[in-house]
Amino acid sequence: MTIEELVAKYESDKGMLIPIMQDIQYEYGYLQAERLRELAVILNVPLSRVYQVATFYASFRLAPKGQHEVTLCMGTVCYLKGADRIAERISEEYGIEPGGTTEDRLFTLQAVNCVGACAVAPVVIVDGNYHGNCTPESTLEILRGLSRQEEEEASAHKGATSTRRKKRE
Amino acid sequence: MSAEKIVRSVGDLEKLRKELQNGRNTSTKIVRVCMGPGCAAKGARGVYELFLEAARESSTKVAIETKAVGCHGLCERGPIVIVEPGDIFYQQVEEPDVAEIFRETVLSSRIVERLLYEDPETGKRVQHAEEIPFYRAQKRIALLQNGIIDPTSIDDYIAIGGGYSALAKALTHMEPEEIIDEVEKAGLRGRGGGGFLTARKWRSCREAEGFPKYLICNGDEGDPGAFMDRAIMEGNPHAILEGMIIGSYAIGSHHGYIYVRNEYPLSVERLREGIQRAREYGLLGENILGSPHSFDIRINRGGGAFVCGESTALMASLEGRAGEPRAKYIHTVESGFKEKPTVLNNVETWANVPAIINEGGKKFASIGTEKSKGTKVFSLVGKVLNTGLVEVPMGTTIRQIVYDIGGGVKGGKQFKAVQTGGPSGGCIPSAYLDSPVDFDELTKLGSMMGSGGMIVMDEDTCMVNIAKYFLHFLKDESCGKCTPCREGIPQMLYILEKITKGEGEPGDIEKLEALGKLVSETSLCALGKTAANPVLSTIKYFREEYETHINEKRCPAKECRGLFSYMINAEVCTGCGICKRTCPVEAISGEKKTPHTIDQSKCTKCGACFEKCPFTAIEKV
Repeated sequence: MTIEELVAKYESDKGMLIPIMQDIQYEYGYLQAERLRELAVILNVPLSRVYQVATFYASFRLAPKGQHEVTLCMGTVCYLKGADRIAERISEEYGIEPGGTTEDRLFTLQAVNCVGACAVAPVVIVDGNYHGNCTPESTLEILRGLSRQEEEEASAHKGATSTRRKKRE
Repeated sequence: MSAEKIVRSVGDLEKLRKELQNGRNTSTKIVRVCMGPGCAAKGARGVYELFLEAARESSTKVAIETKAVGCHGLCERGPIVIVEPGDIFYQQVEEPDVAEIFRETVLSSRIVERLLYEDPETGKRVQHAEEIPFYRAQKRIALLQNGIIDPTSIDDYIAIGGGYSALAKALTHMEPEEIIDEVEKAGLRGRGGGGFLTARKWRSCREAEGFPKYLICNGDEGDPGAFMDRAIMEGNPHAILEGMIIGSYAIGSHHGYIYVRNEYPLSVERLREGIQRAREYGLLGENILGSPHSFDIRINRGGGAFVCGESTALMASLEGRAGEPRAKYIHTVESGFKEKPTVLNNVETWANVPAIINEGGKKFASIGTEKSKGTKVFSLVGKVLNTGLVEVPMGTTIRQIVYDIGGGVKGGKQFKAVQTGGPSGGCIPSAYLDSPVDFDELTKLGSMMGSGGMIVMDEDTCMVNIAKYFLHFLKDESCGKCTPCREGIPQMLYILEKITKGEGEPGDIEKLEALGKLVSETSLCALGKTAANPVLSTIKYFREEYETHINEKRCPAKECRGLFSYMINAEVCTGCGICKRTCPVEAISGEKKTPHTIDQSKCTKCGACFEKCPFTAIEKV
């Protein structure tokens, strides 16, 4: 959907600025500066207000995310049970802080306040799947799994193209 | 043209309920798989799918229904599976167990003993939830249908839960004022934290000038360590919708909003489905149940800001602005959302309304304490044996909740404190274990009810560190509008960071107290006004822990890095060498099969060896 269509979906209601921006982020992956400018014009709100909203709420992203989304819960219970150690180990291993994306764009690390799964703390969510009772090691293992998965897919893809090439020959 | 409504009158609703109930074959076997966040994280989805598959592939003539239900409560023992008839309660069910349960219990009504709950005191295995100590002391009103009905099925809510009968009663037999009177008789107070009398809010809004009037459900459950509202939204969304529709009739509102936390995508989905069904059935929209009353609800997703749990910030967010609160000398019931009279109540508050209308305010008020009526849902988490969701009468003591229901502290450790009220709350020490839990008692203890998070802490939790955690949280979440909160919290945090690094100085505690008092007295909204609670309550009850950090540069709970050291117990160490290989700074030495030692001058206290040692030979001293 174009920005115009998204705005029309909400009947150009300025009060719906946040849902519209959530839809833009869903549609385009993140909030590109260009789209925000377009939105400000179409919805007739000052660009400064669009940016105020974009930077006030934690769920808005102004940069593209990695292939996978890794969300680390930093709620009280997760913290009590060692979530900060998990965050530290990820930072050491991948050189990123929460909010950052790995250099190879494998994943974006996010820290959130509480995901409401405290009974199985610490919790790590990878692409929407909940992993409970995590340790620094088990979390790193999950992340290593992501790179393996990518590698396998890449090599499978390579394999497929080379067989095709062979056939053609 | 919109489709024909399914239910056009109260008569239609009752007819539908009868049909649904009669249509239920009593010989049908029902398998209920808990899909609450705890069970889901333990693989409940896979279990559910295997049950579906087993039922599909079975050649039996018996009707089998497999249901994915909302949180049942005892998350610690998830995934939970319950088989009807008989309500056989199975716990810690894994995928390989499905075939056996299906063959034995579903098809042959036999019990699979090994998956039953074993009472730790008697050693007896019990078949029903009511026999488990965790459930025995509970009383369920808001959670009554949770874990029983399929949250995606409005028919389930109508047939099993007697759903929408309170709405029917309200619309046909009660005047709006009578509804407010009933809620007043019930003594219902807001479950979101403030504890304001719900009826008083409704009445002020009803009497306020200005139109339209708005009604909002606050589902922005921001307190870390709390998932009560999530469980209701995902386990029984229609109870919230029914409560809201009744409320809308009482105050004369036609527009409702549910503001749901961004981190709860499933809650959004469940509510959205629920609203859609309710519209199709004629329970939302124009002329509800044939009455002159019209009301509709829309959902807004939050943007991920804790401060939006505050009512005026939430309304700002709904208006498409940054969630900054405003001073409340003009009440939101007079001028709230879009500067119109607005009632805002929390999820759990709304979910209590149908029961109050159905059974009368008097009955609700017969439960609880003098000034806090009814029940309260808590998420009992942290270092407690039975983590999960509990609903108890107001006035139940902390000891009953932590020990009788929660089974005490995990791993035989010493109880240290229970934290209630989220980042605005405080830590209550063991001396007050016998205090009754209600709005006023918790405030007296320097904490607060909050939305219902109850986090148990044991001897390994450093109280200075936990205060630091909350202030760190609040520093990030302060909206920045008022100076005391924006500047005061980072200053308190700075002092706490110094203390936990061993750089505390005499006088720091007094500075924290003075700053805390200042921030709470001068901040604009509840976030700032309560921000000092975690610090002030821990100083009040655990002052000596602060002093040890400052004067002896030692962390008694051995949590603050640098204020304790790691040592290898030579008697336990087998010399396996794992710690040596793990240490990132080569601080560990020792020959194979002989006890290793840590060079304290090289050790960075990272704790990697402590976590890796398979023999727990590494100790914190």
